Amino acid sequence: MRVFVNGEPRELAAGTTVAGVVQAFAGAPDGRGMAVALDGAVVPRGSWQETELADGARVEVVVAVQGG
Amino acid sequence: MSGPLVIAGRELRSRLILGTGGFANHEVLADALAASGADLCTVALRRVDPAARGSILDVLDAAGVSVLPNTAGCFTARDAIITAQLAREAFETDWIKLEVIGDDRTLLPDAVELIAAAEALVDDGFVVLPYTTDDPVLARRLEDVGCAAVMPLGSPIGSGMGIRNPYNISIMVERSGVPVVLDAGVGTASDAALAMELGCDAVLCASAISRAHDPVAMARAIRLGVEAGLLARGAGRIPRRLHAEASTPAQGMPALDAPQA
Repeated sequence: MRVFVNGEPRELAAGTTVAGVVQAFAGAPDGRGMAVALDGAVVPRGSWQETELADGARVEVVVAVQGG
Repeated sequence: MSGPLVIAGRELRSRLILGTGGFANHEVLADALAASGADLCTVALRRVDPAARGSILDVLDAAGVSVLPNTAGCFTARDAIITAQLAREAFETDWIKLEVIGDDRTLLPDAVELIAAAEALVDDGFVVLPYTTDDPVLARRLEDVGCAAVMPLGSPIGSGMGIRNPYNISIMVERSGVPVVLDAGVGTASDAALAMELGCDAVLCASAISRAHDPVAMARAIRLGVEAGLLARGAGRIPRRLHAEASTPAQGMPALDAPQA
């Protein structure tokens, strides 16, 4: 299936979870200091393991940066 | 205004809140942070960059300061609300510096979206610190919906133009039931001192420090500016007069005329 991770199209196996995406693309397997939005809604950290992505899903993985 | 700054029941040691935007690297940020004495620092949320070196959170953790996430870059209440929720997940804090911007060129707040976002976030349990214009009526509306502080601009973000309407800031201070934090426009230490002399409870400053030629020295200067302004406010300045008023007594002046020839 194809999902969009931070705007980039990615081919992922069916059944891939939010936790899987964070591990694969975020560079910090534990996801410390990160947060995830799926199709415009926040996915609480406690639900990353069980939240499976659907084809066409838009995943945003964000982290702290200098600002403001 | 004596004793420490208290926002939403939390005591802060410093009345200077450091914005972390614009520092050349984490090392300069760490040094400037130490020089500033701040114990609260803003951070932003952006898409993760797997190639990024080190985390700003490590710098802030090492310094023992708390994180104040912002919603910088959001143009709608909806985006700001979701960003605040993401920040709560990422940083495990319900404090949020709420920014809802009206346009790219001025970075001025969009009052309508700001009020809507503030109300929704307060209802969702956030401690909301809104970045706002220097409009005392808007500040009152933000207080009415439950914001924990109001953070007026002195002039546009990053402009370094100081406090363009000190009278409005004075009116906000006079009327506000929550702390007033001057949040944008500081260019140098005297601007921070003026904010405190006007009665602000704290100053939030990023660019003036991070983009100074020597950010560490400027961090110290602005820290001292904040302290000086607070002291001066408490000390009570003399009234402004149009004409001079001698401080030396006229009485007892010696007669120094030369004898008539």
